[in-house]
Amino acid sequence: MSGLAILIPIALLMGLCGLGFFFWAMRNGQFEDLEGASHRVLIDDEDEPEEREDYSAET
Amino acid sequence: MNAAMPLHDAAEKAVCEDSRFAVPTMRCAGCISKIERGLSEIPGVAAARVNFSAKQVAVSHAPELTEDRILRAIEKLGFEAQILSENPLAEDRGDTARLLRALAVAGFGMMNIMLLSVSVWSGAVGVTRDLFHMLSALIAIPVIAYSGRPFFASAAMALRYGRTNMDVPISIGIILATALSLYETITSGPHAYFDGAVMLLFFLLAGRVLDGMMRDRAREGISALLGKTAPGAMVVQGDGTAVWTKAADIQPDMVMLVAAGESLAADGVIEQGKSGFDMSMLTGESDPQVLGEGDTVLAGTMNMDAPVQVRVTATGGDTSIADIARLMDEAGQHRSFHVRIADRAARYYAPAVHSLALLAFIGWMIAGAGWHQSLLIAVAVLIITCPCALGLAVPAAQVVASGALMRKGVLIKDGSALERLAEADRVLFDKTGTLTMGQPRPIDLDKLSLTEKTVALALAQSSRHPVSQGLARALVHEGIAPAKINNVQEVAGKGVSAIWEDIPVQLGRAGQAGAHISAALTIGDDAQLVEMTDMLRPDTRAAIAELAQLGLSASIVSGDRTEAVSPVAKELGIIAQANARPEDKVETIKRLGAAGHKLLMVGDGLNDGPALAAAYVSIAPGSASDVGQQAADAVFTSDSLMPVALAVKAARRTGKVVRQNFALAIGYNIFAVPLALAGMVTPLIAAIAMSLSSLIVVGNALRLRGAAK
Repeated sequence: MSGLAILIPIALLMGLCGLGFFFWAMRNGQFEDLEGASHRVLIDDEDEPEEREDYSAET
Repeated sequence: MNAAMPLHDAAEKAVCEDSRFAVPTMRCAGCISKIERGLSEIPGVAAARVNFSAKQVAVSHAPELTEDRILRAIEKLGFEAQILSENPLAEDRGDTARLLRALAVAGFGMMNIMLLSVSVWSGAVGVTRDLFHMLSALIAIPVIAYSGRPFFASAAMALRYGRTNMDVPISIGIILATALSLYETITSGPHAYFDGAVMLLFFLLAGRVLDGMMRDRAREGISALLGKTAPGAMVVQGDGTAVWTKAADIQPDMVMLVAAGESLAADGVIEQGKSGFDMSMLTGESDPQVLGEGDTVLAGTMNMDAPVQVRVTATGGDTSIADIARLMDEAGQHRSFHVRIADRAARYYAPAVHSLALLAFIGWMIAGAGWHQSLLIAVAVLIITCPCALGLAVPAAQVVASGALMRKGVLIKDGSALERLAEADRVLFDKTGTLTMGQPRPIDLDKLSLTEKTVALALAQSSRHPVSQGLARALVHEGIAPAKINNVQEVAGKGVSAIWEDIPVQLGRAGQAGAHISAALTIGDDAQLVEMTDMLRPDTRAAIAELAQLGLSASIVSGDRTEAVSPVAKELGIIAQANARPEDKVETIKRLGAAGHKLLMVGDGLNDGPALAAAYVSIAPGSASDVGQQAADAVFTSDSLMPVALAVKAARRTGKVVRQNFALAIGYNIFAVPLALAGMVTPLIAAIAMSLSSLIVVGNALRLRGAAK
């Protein structure tokens, strides 16, 4: 029984987190362009090689 | 914080303008990056963001950079583009987002309450059950207060006007169930219906969200097609240069420079030049008229041949288009008020459910069950009969059907349009641009040899003149690849010339200047005449036969001359009315409507706007004027006319599935209501029955995926 006192609040909190995240995603326009998002993954980022050079210079 | 921001940054942000462009030819990830990178490199562009689903680019730019220059830049990147004016269909975009939020909250509440309810159902007793009920109440009450608002608001609105709709029984059921469950919780009773109430909200909201998403999707698709009529013009300045000016900023007495292939943004008088004007959007006349200096030209007409300078006489609300808009408003007001099928069902449903619940309460009171027990049974009746399946049955079927139609190139604006489309029993067609392509196409390409075709295509592709574009489209359709040509030069009013394998080649106007549309192709010394005409859309005859088979007899109502209309009518074998002004078309529709017909109007031009608004249901082709597309209930994007018949067929199939779903819902009630009346429905049974009936109607609706075949 005492486990419930922890488990139920945890379940509720996690649910609320998910809800909050969904609200944030909607306000942020994450669902505006669903088709485009699937294509953007394939775009090569031109700046990437330069950044990598910077990394190697630092290490 | 603000003070730390560099001043010029703040200024830059404040003056940035946002413009939107439709880019229908984007197809891949490469296109996205090409457009975004290409535009960001232009000085003055702050940001460019592609919306791939809507095929649009939003550009935030400095005001000095005018819209037409960005348009050129996009074209230089290799994409056809159009400037989009403020989207007139976007007004209720926020509705779906609000419903979606309510749905998310209801989903969250439903899952958590169900978690607690399952333990109660599996046998939790005493303090544990009370605690779980308490927790459920704690979750349910805020969730219902938030997610129930769309229903409560709509029910309150209906009651205020002494009417009832679907939302009244829903609201009463939910509020009563919540209140009683709260009482049960406080008095540590065995049954609380929080899970049922929240689940009901969840399913009903799912139906509303589906309905809203379908509307938004179609509207977005249509607004991507909009914006073909010029939203502005090149206005000649005092020093002789021309500057792009938005339609709203054009004043009388300004001089517009109208290039060949451009539409006029305002009424005016030609100051310089002579050209053919395509008035079909405005009057329905298919042959272009030749107008010269001193002649009046109207907004919405397209300049076909040569650049002209036009002195503006009227703009905005004073133009001839505005008269048509006024006529359209009037026609829209007379439109018969269609009651959605779900609301029609609710008219019988709500009183039946309420009297049943009341009877159960009275019956059990007489039987001596005590008011608490009787009320509990009455609420069980309300919950179990609540139109959960009904609220989902109609939108689910309509969304699936409209999705299937969308894949076939028909955009349906809302569910009501689908319902009306299924009831239509007569169809009226406009001629120019609806039965015909509205763009000149070559009559006979077989006269040309293959080499001549490749050269003709290469030349035609490099011009924006409507005749060239029509020729190019027809040649591309035949699978011709353009020849390689150099030194391409376009002389306005004369044609395009170039060098092909050291031979001068030319595509230009045929010998006699005038209203006749034909193009002359010259290769070296050989000349070929390509006769062009406004052809019938492909499959027109088949589509009309198909419609006749569905019981929709067709006729033509056109603004064009009798001589132009009668050959088309003869070829298709249907009756026609020619010389019809916009008000005549509305008159015809009213007359047929009064005779008991439910008319489907198919039209495209500005002059069809009032008729499209007045008809019982209307469809416009994707090539239609903005006005036509906004007034119509549906838009089809293909060249073929077949989608009209397809839409009617799919709408009827949808109606059938909706009726099946109603039958399923009624069958479910016949089974469940006696149980509820007998007092045997526990929250567990209510939950199972509700989700089962919803799943069945959604499953039945999914059968419509292939409805548009």
